[in-house]
Order: sequence, then C-alpha cells, then structure tokens
Amino acid sequence: MSVLVYVEQVDGKFKKSVFEAVAYAKAIADTQGSNLTAISIGNVGESELKELGKYGASKVLNVANDQLKNFVNQAYASVIAEAAKKEGADIVVLSNSFSGKGLAPRVAVKLEAGLVEGAVELPKIDGALFSVKKNAFSGKAFAITALTSAIKVIALNPNAFGVKESAVDAAIENFAPEVKATDLAAIVKEIVRATDKISLPDAELVVSAGRGLKGPENWGMIEELAGLLGAATACSKPVSDADWRPHSEHVGQTGIAISPNLYIAIGISGAIQHLAGVSSSKVIVVINKDPEAPFFKVADYGIVGDAFEVVPQLIEALKAHKG
Amino acid sequence: MKILVCISNVPDTTTKITFTNDNTQFNTSGVQFIVNPYDEIALSKAIELCEGGKGTVTVINVGESTTDPTIRKALAIGADDAVRINAEPRDAYFTAYQIAEYAKTTDFDMILCGRESIDYNGSQVAAMVGEFLDIPSISIIKKLDFDGTTATIEREIEGGKEVVSVTGKFIASCAEGTAVPTIPNMRGIMSARSKPLQVVEAKEIAQISKVTKFETPAPRGAVKLIPAESAAQLIELLHTEAKVI
Ligand SMILES: Cc1cc2nc3c(=O)[nH]c(=O)nc-3n(C[C@H](O)[C@H](O)[C@H](O)COP(=O)(O)OP(=O)(O)OC[C@H]3O[C@@H](n4cnc5c(N)ncnc54)[C@H](O)[C@@H]3O)c2cc1C
Ligand SMILES: Nc1ncnc2c1ncn2[C@@H]1O[C@H](COP(=O)(O)O)[C@@H](O)[C@H]1O
Repeated sequence: MSVLVYVEQVDGKFKKSVFEAVAYAKAIADTQGSNLTAISIGNVGESELKELGKYGASKVLNVANDQLKNFVNQAYASVIAEAAKKEGADIVVLSNSFSGKGLAPRVAVKLEAGLVEGAVELPKIDGALFSVKKNAFSGKAFAITALTSAIKVIALNPNAFGVKESAVDAAIENFAPEVKATDLAAIVKEIVRATDKISLPDAELVVSAGRGLKGPENWGMIEELAGLLGAATACSKPVSDADWRPHSEHVGQTGIAISPNLYIAIGISGAIQHLAGVSSSKVIVVINKDPEAPFFKVADYGIVGDAFEVVPQLIEALKAHKG
Repeated sequence: MKILVCISNVPDTTTKITFTNDNTQFNTSGVQFIVNPYDEIALSKAIELCEGGKGTVTVINVGESTTDPTIRKALAIGADDAVRINAEPRDAYFTAYQIAEYAKTTDFDMILCGRESIDYNGSQVAAMVGEFLDIPSISIIKKLDFDGTTATIEREIEGGKEVVSVTGKFIASCAEGTAVPTIPNMRGIMSARSKPLQVVEAKEIAQISKVTKFETPAPRGAVKLIPAESAAQLIELLHTEAKVI
C-alpha cells in the first residue's frame, strides 16, 4: 500500500491548494500505515520541492523534463500513471483545480481506477469498503461514492480539508519516464495569468456583488473591500453576462463553484442557481436592501441596507481594525 | 466535417433536490429533465462550426429511453442526428467507455462535451473519453476556433487562461463563453421529430464506482442581523466570533 500525490506547480512554485492536497494524502497514508510520495512535473527548484516534506511527503519524484515544462494533461497523465506503478501506489491524490479536472480522469483510465472528483472529506476505509464524500447537485447535496477498483484516484476540492503540517524530511529522487510524442499533440501557445490578483477557486475569502450594484463603475468599493480583506472578487451571472465583470468571476450553477471560509454577497438576490455555487462556503454574509431577499435564508450574518452606504462603512471599519 | 456532441440528461436547475429509499436514490418524481446547460453550449458551438453546410452534428447520449425527450430537444436546437447508447449511465467511467466505443465506429473530427453535468458534477467524462481514444482532451474551454485542420482553444486556468492548439482529432469540454446557447425555433422543433435517432446497445464493462448514499448539507442557523447604521460591527463579529478574518 502506498499513496501518491501529484503536486501541480505554477511557475516553479506550489500553491496553498497543493500543500492541502499533500496534507490530505498524508492523512490517508497515516491511516494505512504507509508512506507518502509526491510527484512534481516541470521545473521546480530543490528548496521548493523540500517544502513538500513539511506537509508529510517523505519522498518526492522530480520530473524535470523540458518537454514537460508546460502542462499537457495527456503527457502528465502518462507520467503520473507510470509513477503510480513504480511506487505501487493504490491511492492517487490530486487537487481538483482546473488542470486537475482535466488530468485526474485520464490518470484514472490509465490505472483502471475509480475516481472521485470534488472530494470534501477523507475517505472512509473499512476493510474492502472505500468511500469518499463529494459535492453533488451543484452544492445542493453530497454523494457518498464507493470505489471498488484496486487503485483509487481522488481529486480534492480546494479549501475542503485545510493545510496541516506534519514535518518529515523529503528525499528528492529524479524520475525520467519516457514521453511519447503522441502524448504531446496539444501544444500550449500562450499562458495569461493575472499575478496581482487572488484566484477565485483558491481564495479563502471572497467578496461578491450582483445586479444591485447598478453598473460596472460601482465596483471600485467592492475591489477596495476585497483588497483590504485579501479577498478575491466574484459576481453573479447577470453581471458577467452584461460584461460588467469578466466571466471568470461568475459563480454559481453555470459558473464556478467555490467554498471559501467567508463569502460576502452584496446586492445579490440569492437565486437557487447562484446559491448552488456558493452554499458550501463556511461563513456567508449577505448585504441587501430587501429584507425578503432569499439569500438571507442561507446567511450567517446579514445587513439589510443600501450597499452604497454599508460598504463604505465596512471599508472604514476594516481600516480601523487593521490599525 | 463531423462533430460529435455528448449530452447528458439532468434535472432542471431550479429542482429542489430530495432523495428516497433511505437517501440512496435521487427522487425524480415531479422533476423536469433538461439538456445539461453546458452541453447546450457545446451543441451551439458545434452547430456554429458546421453552419453553411460545413459539416454535420451528431448528438450522443448514454441513457435509457426516458432520455429521448432531451435528445429531441437537442435535435430541435439544431443537431442533424442522434445516437442513444441504451444503458443507464452508471458512472463516468462506464459512460465514457460507451461514448469512446461508439466513436471508434464512426469518423469524426472533434467531440464536444460540457464542462460537467450539473447532477453529479463529475467533470470526468470528456477527459476519460480522450484517454480511451488516446486523443488530446482539453477541459473547461471558453473559446474554440477551427480552421478545418487546427483548433485554437482557450481553456480556463486559475486567475487566467491558456491558449492551446491541436491538429487532428480531439475532445473538449465547454464552459460559458464558448458559444451562446441557441434557442430552438419553430422549424427546429417541427423537424426534430423526423430527424434520425439511432439506438445502439451498450458494451459490458465492470462497474468501479457507485453512489451509496446522499446527504444534504446541514442547515445553517438563523441569520444574525446587524443594523445597517452599525455595519462596522460586522467586521468585529467576523474577527472575534466567526474567526474568518
Ligand atoms: C439555467 C440557469 C443557470 C443560471 N446560473 C447562474 C449562476 O451560475 N450564477 C448566478 O449568479 N445566476 C445564475 N442564474 C441566474 C439566476 O437565476 C439569477 O437571475 C441571478 O443570480 C440574479 O443575479 P443578481 O442577484 O445579481 O440580480 P437580481 O436578482 O436582480 O438581484 C439584485 C439584488 O440586489 C438587491 N439590491 C438592489 N439595489 C441594492 C442596493 N443599493 N443595495 C443592496 N442591495 C441592492 C436587490 O434587492 C436584489 O435582491 C442562472 C439562471 C438559469 C436559468
Ligand atoms: N450519460 C451521458 N451521455 C452522454 N454524454 C454525457 C453523459 N454524461 C455526461 N456526458 C458528457 O460529459 C460531460 C461531463 O459530464 P460529467 O463528467 O458527468 O460531469 C457532460 O457535460 C456531457 O457532455
């Protein structure tokens, strides 16, 4: 028995969600009395690889191959499957990021493994029974999914488990599997990434606004509030449909599903399709001038009031709070 | 050019989700089923690429005869014909295997899927089909241009986008932005009835995952209201009580 975790790098660095996946995989390995191996693909420096030890990876397979500098799911899946075979891994963990979503299913097919994508808890392992809780029906329910294959693949939802440290020394081992040319048929031409902003799927805190804001010119105060909190910004669907905000900020049933520690909804009514993407947030704050807005029914904290008066007050209070 | 579009049959987005049989089964009673919203985007993109006689669009569904109305809806939107692989879609692995096996029997240029089905939110089928067929799969795309040989695709990544180019067969899963969903017109609805819907039998493959139980999220406690005049209190509460900032 052994557990393998894939650690996705961005420009040679690991994000918090990666450390979270490592911590999650470590917790599984502990229940199995086995070790945890991580696999990194792309050019990551030794000190960054060593960081993985902090969260419990005792071995790191380092695949530093120039052909694999950019993420191509087909090739990465082959490498991860090779690593799983080499290590005799029967559980493979990834993070359910955008890339992870394109990668985990390919790894699963290669290993003839059952896959749970969007896991929100540690698996329950009881003899031959292996089941994992995952989000279903766009956050309206959870599905307990049993896997009966010899190898299991789990893609963990960001922010579902938390980052936990359990320091070991990570031994770094170079791993150089062969890369088939056909695995590199998709060619990455360009990567555009806003580095000055917190990306929404990873964010612990999110400030979101809807049609109640009246127009794109009023987002200044939303960005200021988010900036002070260190939060990402999000919006409702009509807002991105009207091009007030980019589509990448649209949360909900047809947008992205998030589960931050704090979700602040400003001028959003709380339609069922919106709630679908945000209801698993740990704490929900709703600011709406209509006391009957459905969003208040699922909120932890609420302010019935005009956003144009309330938000500036919050900004002042935050500035004072931060001293 | 021939484009295959995979569609799944899912409960309408406004459905109140409940379960029966000791929370082991989704309660379909009174539920309206629709074409998965992302699959409508994929279908609309396929129709757009084939406009002006440039190609044909075949929709594929793995499902039992109960999904025929959803398939007809896709035909009304503008697909040329449909294939239903006659089986209950047990899990993504099974579904993807069936789609791949069918794809092997037909000539196609690309396969388009939705980014995820809104019931089980797997995001699995497209990349699994890609693996079964050993062709590139691009997940969660928001733009697709095709010049007849090479596809230029934008896919979503955290905090940005990535542009990928593929020559040859591929599969992609479509998110918002890829196309504007087409609304069926009267002519489409009329002609949908007479468009071909072929039913093929499924192939056997072992089942390796199964939903054994559903749970609903724990209800939240009552909302704590803060008077608008003292909104500043919220910051204090988030810090000391909720401990999230
Ligand atoms: C198939 C389908 C999928 C969908 N998917 C999504 C999705 O993924 N995400 C999504 O968000 N929606 C989605 N929708 C749309 C959804 O049904 C709602 O229409 C949408 O969420 C409403 O957005 P909103 O709350 O910003 O706007 P509105 O419903 O117009 O609400 C605006 C709110 O702002 C409040 N308000 C107005 N002025 C102020 C002020 N000065 N101060 C404070 N509050 C104020 C109002 O009281 C109101 O509650 C989907 C719909 C369908 C049919
Ligand atoms: N039963 C099915 N029949 C045909 N296509 C499907 C089926 N289930 C899922 N798909 C396709 O795969 C995509 C992703 O689904 P999923 O992996 O279930 O989230 C959907 O948007 C559809 O395009």
